[in-house]
Amino acid sequence: MHVPNSWYLILSALLFTLGVFGFLIKRNLITVFMSIELMLNAVNLSFVTFAHEWHAVKGQIFVFFVMVVAAAEAAVGLAIIIAIFRARNTLNVDQIDLMKL
Amino acid sequence: MNLYLWLIPVLPFVGFLINGLLGRRLPKALVSTVALAFPLAAFGVVIRAAMLAWPGNGNFTLPYVENFAGSWINAGPLHVDFSFALDQLTLVMLLIITGVGFLIHVYSVGYMAHEEGYWRYFAYLNLFLFFMTVLVLAENYLLMFVGWEGVGLASYLLIGFYFDKKSAADAGKKAFVVNRIGDVGFLLGMFLLLSQFGSLSFGKIGDALALNSGQHGGMLTAIALCLVVGACGKSAQIPLYIWLPDAMEGPTPVSALIHAATMVTAGVYMIARTHGIFDRSPFALAVVAIIGAATAFFAATIGLVQTDIKRVLAYSTISQLGYMFLGCGVAAYSAAVFHLMTHAFFKALLFLAAGSVIHGLGGEQNMLKMGGLRKKLPITFWTMTAGVFAIAGFFPFAGFFSKDAILYEAFQHGTLGKGLYFVGLVTALLTSFYMFRLWYLTFFGESRAAARNSESTPHTSHSPHESPWIMLFPLVILALLSAAGGWIGIERFGNFLSPVVGPVIDPTLESGGKTLDITLSIVAVCVALLGWFLAHIFYGSKNKRAENLAASTPGVYSLLMHKYWIDEIYHNAIVQPLVLGSRYILGWIGEGAIIRGSAWLLAGITTLLGEFLRRWQSGNLRSYSAWLAAGAAVLLLAGLFLGSRVIPGFDPDPGQVLHMTLPAVR
Repeated sequence: MHVPNSWYLILSALLFTLGVFGFLIKRNLITVFMSIELMLNAVNLSFVTFAHEWHAVKGQIFVFFVMVVAAAEAAVGLAIIIAIFRARNTLNVDQIDLMKL
Repeated sequence: MNLYLWLIPVLPFVGFLINGLLGRRLPKALVSTVALAFPLAAFGVVIRAAMLAWPGNGNFTLPYVENFAGSWINAGPLHVDFSFALDQLTLVMLLIITGVGFLIHVYSVGYMAHEEGYWRYFAYLNLFLFFMTVLVLAENYLLMFVGWEGVGLASYLLIGFYFDKKSAADAGKKAFVVNRIGDVGFLLGMFLLLSQFGSLSFGKIGDALALNSGQHGGMLTAIALCLVVGACGKSAQIPLYIWLPDAMEGPTPVSALIHAATMVTAGVYMIARTHGIFDRSPFALAVVAIIGAATAFFAATIGLVQTDIKRVLAYSTISQLGYMFLGCGVAAYSAAVFHLMTHAFFKALLFLAAGSVIHGLGGEQNMLKMGGLRKKLPITFWTMTAGVFAIAGFFPFAGFFSKDAILYEAFQHGTLGKGLYFVGLVTALLTSFYMFRLWYLTFFGESRAAARNSESTPHTSHSPHESPWIMLFPLVILALLSAAGGWIGIERFGNFLSPVVGPVIDPTLESGGKTLDITLSIVAVCVALLGWFLAHIFYGSKNKRAENLAASTPGVYSLLMHKYWIDEIYHNAIVQPLVLGSRYILGWIGEGAIIRGSAWLLAGITTLLGEFLRRWQSGNLRSYSAWLAAGAAVLLLAGLFLGSRVIPGFDPDPGQVLHMTLPAVR
């Protein structure tokens, strides 16, 4: 069954919006972090869709780059989150506003 | 064969470097050795150069030019060489500077023996010799200006030598500032010279003048007048003489070297050096002559009533410099330089002898508290007597010949000259009077030291003592020079200088010249005798005549005592408006309203803006992310609705970006 490209785009937009609202609303740092990952993957989906639409391989390749960067970012970000938790005993973003440990 | 002219300034400079950099750590004996050895070596080089280059020896043609480092300044049409030149005039100046300078260095070893900053004093003194020799050796105006400024610096440093004393520090500043006024004139003169001749070299300008023998007045007058302003500043002439009396705050040997024998004669030297320009401008010459005669008379009248021994000598120096200007102004440059030389001898002697008196009395400078020192300081007395006779113009002392030469030339110089001659003659009377007044007050009568002892601090109250031999030796040499220095005679001296400054009028070659010369000489000596006689009446014995005269003419006495209120007039007319203008107009309106106000305005705007903007930087992660999301949303919306207007060719129609249609919402 052929699924129109536009559906993928709509799904991508929905995922991105979910990510944005999660990013804004949630207080737990790990949830915020997961929201960022969600946004990245939403964008990945739109990249792939456009690549398919235009029959251009560049979009596909770019997705790999984004995934690599996201992996690295996840490693660093989680390390920071652990460090913050050890120092503060909390992951509430509203209490992490001093820009330092 | 080489004259090694560069060694003459460099040797004292090395002395300055050694004493200036290391002197604090060196023992006193070594400091003195360095301070004396280098000027002596420079004097030796000058003597060698003089013997090699003496006209008639045929080894060198004068002026002999030594050029260093190729071209010094090479900027567009401006070419200035770093070159020294030696001619007869420079030779005379060099002999005076290094010779008298060395004697004063020797004297200073004794005079400054107990002073703090001994090494500093000698470093400055050597620095002065460096700049002064550069000044007279320079082959162009710019290099001369370097020396000119340098001696001003050395003078400033030495006047303010006792810098923890406010009056000394102020006097140094005053000397520097007043000299700067003159320097502006010198600088303007140089610019005009550059525009007129395209060169600053003495030789090239001389050649250009010789080519255009018809060029007179006009631009040359302007140049000459600018240079006169410079000369007036350095040589303490009206209206810029006010710094010299205050300069007496420095140590006495400094007054002898810088403010009597050498530096203050730089203006006279400069006029003699640039006489080619002055000769073409009778107006400028007349200005010089009038300034000279007026200063000579004016300063002499102030000198009549001063009670500080050094101040009397300071006004006397201004007065004698006026004579030299008078000589230059009547185009008798060799007579002016002759007087410069004899004045260097006898005025250095007078200052050093006064220093010896001050030293012997433990720092007392007020003549009214001296007296009766003839027996206590015999050598000082006899040497000073030679100086007094020389400056008063008694035959056969040095001052007689040179003063006579200037007065004779002035008398020969038309109607204006005759008028100025009489001013000069009256000045000679005044000079003789105040010098003998000093002589009587200091050395004769009974000691008025009792008054001093009861008033002043106990440590100055030891009995007067003669100075050590190291101070007396230079006194004796200078006394011999003051006595015999004029025997060269103006004819021989003038002939020696004539290649540089033009021929001297020879009285023997003119009709009645010899008789006139002798008549004028007799008149001059009679005037000097009259001055002595008057001084004897007033001060020769204990009497009240001087006090009575002062009491009977209170107006004149007060006018003279307060130096014609010139310092006060300058203070109120020039300094005070400047200070008030700076404080209120520039300070309140310029600095306060404009500069500070605009700074406050800018700072206020920034502060207010910052007060508002800083609320964005809450540090709260979710507020940042909200702004981020809102910003992104605004950008997207703006792109959608305004895109084509903001970015040409951007059409957000999805149908064109993507070949698809959105699914219809069912």
